[in-house]
Amino acid sequence: MVISKQKREIPGTVLFDGEQARKGYALNKMCFSFNSAENRAEFVRDEDAYCAKYGLTPEQRAAIASRNVLQLLAAGGNVYYLAKFAGIFGLDMQDVGAQQTGMSKDAFKAKLIDAGR
Amino acid sequence: MATIVGAITTSHVPAIGGAIAKNKQQDPYWKPSFFDGFPVAHQWLDKVRPDVAVVIYNDHGLNFFLDKMPTFAVGAAPEYCNADEGWGIPALPPHRGDLDLSWHLIESLIAEEFDLTTCQEMLIDHAFAIPMELLWPGPAPCPVRTVPVCINTVQFPLPTPARCFKLGAAIGRAIEFWDNDARVVIVGTGGLSHQLDGQRAGFLNKEFDLLFMDKLIDDPLWVTRYSIPDLVELTGTQGVELLMWLTARAALPGGVNKVHSNYHIPISNTAAALMVLESV
Repeated sequence: MVISKQKREIPGTVLFDGEQARKGYALNKMCFSFNSAENRAEFVRDEDAYCAKYGLTPEQRAAIASRNVLQLLAAGGNVYYLAKFAGIFGLDMQDVGAQQTGMSKDAFKAKLIDAGR
Repeated sequence: MATIVGAITTSHVPAIGGAIAKNKQQDPYWKPSFFDGFPVAHQWLDKVRPDVAVVIYNDHGLNFFLDKMPTFAVGAAPEYCNADEGWGIPALPPHRGDLDLSWHLIESLIAEEFDLTTCQEMLIDHAFAIPMELLWPGPAPCPVRTVPVCINTVQFPLPTPARCFKLGAAIGRAIEFWDNDARVVIVGTGGLSHQLDGQRAGFLNKEFDLLFMDKLIDDPLWVTRYSIPDLVELTGTQGVELLMWLTARAALPGGVNKVHSNYHIPISNTAAALMVLESV
């Protein structure tokens, strides 16, 4: 089978494919390290030094500084590793969803409940 | 020869672990059907008395990172531990392995041309640990031995639904030819529809989920007509975890009897569901 290089367009969605995995490797590797409480504490103590240690690109460093999930995704972040970054700030997936959709958390939660009706 | 007693498929949202840790199972958020759906599964497990669970799940960045990302991985460890995944939910208890079944599965699946990654050390994340806690709750050690089967849903391309169906069918054949009198339950975890990332975060598709659950009983091949991008569009970027349900169902060799199903929107951002399917 020949793989078509034309990417499927799905609104509001970017598949984490090889292109994203290449682009986001340093960022994702840093976020993967946040499985460890010690590493999370080290990041909080000195964010600049921690990002430098993982060799983040300027785009990735700016995205981390912004705490903006869409920006982190655009810099190659994968949501499973980004969830560990969000965990440092005590944010859950509804906070993350609300931020990405530009809604309040309550409005985002209401939207989810509506989908069940 | 071993006997496959049936399959249980369920969601594995981390928030479930949070609710268990804080003993909030009876909070209104989880009503009417989430935790209250599990007693039926417990009664069924008491009746069919499995010795071993083959647990089909997807790792979310605890055991595997992008440095090495297997499409299909099978555990072959004496014990599997849960660990901190970054959001502070206490680790759930470890699970005993079943090395004989692990290696029998590995040999059978590779003979059937599945090129596996084999893991003699393997951490199990919430996608394994939470469903096991839901199925065998409480402080007593889990009574079943386990074999983890992990399917990549992190980095695309993912294995196609058709490939996952074939993997499940090969797992079922391997168990049926296992020279052991064990009783085996298949557990498939994940889904159903949800999307965590992007402007479409919060996407759910109740109509598709309910149709998928219905088809899974008597026409499990139905979903193999869809490509992975189709399934992302229909069920969300994480809704593709329905591959675990499909693989689990495909492992049941013949027809099935639906013992129980329920469906609940939302748990966190997810359409959560439970099905108990008995082999007939």
